[in-house]
Amino acid sequence: MDGNVEDFTETTTPRQAENMAEMIKVDCRNIDVFYDDKQAIFDVSLPIQDRAVTSLIGPSGCGKSTFLRCINRMNDTIEIAKVRGKIYMDGADINDHSIDPVLLRSRVGMVFQKPNPFPKSIYDNIAYGPRIHGLAAGKHELDGIVESALIKAGLWDEVKDRLTAPGTSLSGGQQQRLCIARAIAVSPEVILMDEPCSALDPIATARIEELIDELRERYCIVIVTHSMQQAARVSQRTAFFHLGKLVEYGDTERIFTNPEDSRTQDYITGRFG
Amino acid sequence: MLETFGHLPVAWLLFAVLAAAGFVSFFAGRTEAVLVGRGASERLNSQPNYHGYFVAMATVGPAALILVLYGLFGESIVRAELANELPQRIRDLGSLELGQYLDRIAEHAARSDASSTGNALFDAASARYTDLLGLSRIIALVLALSAAALGFFFAKRRLSTQFRARARVEDGIKIMLFLCAAIAIATTIGIVASLFFEALRFFSRVPVLSFLFGTEWNAQTGADFGAIPLFFGTFMIAALAMLVAAPIGLLSAIYLSEYASPRFRGIVKPILELLAGIPTVVYGFFALQFVAPLVRNIATWINGLPVVPDGLLAAQPTSALAAGIVMGIMIIPFVSSLSDDVINAVPQTLRDGAYAIGATKSETVKQVVMPAALPGVIAALLLAVSRAIGETMIVVMAAGQRAQITPDPTADLTTITVQIVALLTGDTEFDSAKTLSAFALGFVLFIVTLVFNLIALRVVQKYREKYE
Repeated sequence: MDGNVEDFTETTTPRQAENMAEMIKVDCRNIDVFYDDKQAIFDVSLPIQDRAVTSLIGPSGCGKSTFLRCINRMNDTIEIAKVRGKIYMDGADINDHSIDPVLLRSRVGMVFQKPNPFPKSIYDNIAYGPRIHGLAAGKHELDGIVESALIKAGLWDEVKDRLTAPGTSLSGGQQQRLCIARAIAVSPEVILMDEPCSALDPIATARIEELIDELRERYCIVIVTHSMQQAARVSQRTAFFHLGKLVEYGDTERIFTNPEDSRTQDYITGRFG
Repeated sequence: MLETFGHLPVAWLLFAVLAAAGFVSFFAGRTEAVLVGRGASERLNSQPNYHGYFVAMATVGPAALILVLYGLFGESIVRAELANELPQRIRDLGSLELGQYLDRIAEHAARSDASSTGNALFDAASARYTDLLGLSRIIALVLALSAAALGFFFAKRRLSTQFRARARVEDGIKIMLFLCAAIAIATTIGIVASLFFEALRFFSRVPVLSFLFGTEWNAQTGADFGAIPLFFGTFMIAALAMLVAAPIGLLSAIYLSEYASPRFRGIVKPILELLAGIPTVVYGFFALQFVAPLVRNIATWINGLPVVPDGLLAAQPTSALAAGIVMGIMIIPFVSSLSDDVINAVPQTLRDGAYAIGATKSETVKQVVMPAALPGVIAALLLAVSRAIGETMIVVMAAGQRAQITPDPTADLTTITVQIVALLTGDTEFDSAKTLSAFALGFVLFIVTLVFNLIALRVVQKYREKYE
């Protein structure tokens, strides 16, 4: 993995290399994404730090969600999408033929824009992943996994008395935390969040943001967000996308106080987007 | 008289006159409104066009209503009047014979070359009928035309700058739409009521319980009316049909919605739905000519096996199994098309959620998509069952006529629908228990399919609440 970092620093500009922390979890290099003939992502290279929150910001349609979906190969499920370039996770190419996307997705969890609990009980929503991956040896162990996932997602106290209630009976914010718990339950290393708070009210949003901050201790988190305040609050690193290109990438604080690119400046000051 | 005008039937002419009156009154109303608007200091409440529509509606509406009412009741009024004028001895004949006598008079009068029959009373009545009918037509026509004229003038007098023409026109349209909906509902109620009252007449002769729970059915001789063998046959064949249709339909729906490429799906789904468009008599043919002999041959072969006791299977030339298989093929599209729709309606985000925690495609389909689609799939299956229960032609041709209760699918069975056909075809008298039993059967069939459809509707509604 160390060798990997050196590789990376050789090919990046000084701007991108500034303040580069030691641990790179996911290293994306020269990513292009096409939908049929239309190119959505242009030559994006982005090293993502472990145990940190990286936020992807930019105006609608700038490709940040598309980029996010490259990291767990969700674009494979869209027939017309084609991904070019290399993504290394812990040094291994995730698009390599030897990697099964199904297994990859158990290592890279994802939380979606709209809470999407399965039409099952709260318990079964969480237990679904561990069951299909055979992570628990028995009922007792499974109970433990479910409980610890719900605790980590900060939902345990609210639902521990009604684990058999349907997941859809929860409020929007609770459903989203249920989805986060569901992702955590399969012990991923990376968690991708695609605008996880866009369907939630401010209080539920604050709760999720707290949660993201706690999860940062254990996971590599990438979050797509439309809210620049959210990016500033929760993330350590920020990448600004515009028209499918990565414009600027660096420490969140610096991006928001002292952006190098004029487009970044214009976007964060609300001149467009 | 007044049957035709030149070579045109008078009904067509009337239609043309009404349409023309509508046009004329529309333009008259609009012109009037423009003039009113121009002279006034304030603006018209509604656009001139709406004033035009209002006048046209007021002109055509009442006239059309009168003509429709005449079309519905005119002839009965004429017949009642004629019956009143007939001598007492004929009026004493009783409603059925009197009705037939009047039918003959009407038929004779309608003939253009009506010649004398030699029966003075009949000829006189026939001539009187022609006169009365002509008179009634003239009265209806005059009434309609004066209604149109009155409507036109009153509507035109109402036009002013304050007149809320648009609101009135939309009220009129609403009433028209309501009437159309009411006709459909009234027809349904009428059908159910006629079934119900005929069934009541049947139950006044045969006790309800012995009909519903009797195990002997010999309606043709008028001896036994125990419907259990018919219920058994109906549900046996429907169950066999579902055994064929449910797995094939469901699995093909899953393939089409989850695995097939959009292009393949676009070609195959309409072809599958084409199965639903084949006339059932063609299916019946197929069952009788091909499947029934096949079932019989296989059953005979099984009977001939050394381990099988002799005559285990009935191996009849027509059989429940043959009818069930073909009916199952027929209802595959009901299952597959509806299931495909509900599976497609499962939000993509659920699939994404499952993929994102590392579920494979089949795990996603089995454990996330299907449970989410289950209520809709159940509704599709229930609708298919009610279709199978009500299906007639296939069972008439391939299931047989014998009312018996046997678990052997190669035996011939009979169903409710087959018996209704048998009871009501050929020479029938509408007063015997035999004929009336058909209505009782029809009523039961209606109740059963109604219950299935209601359950299906309920299930679908519940499902909708969940995902919208």
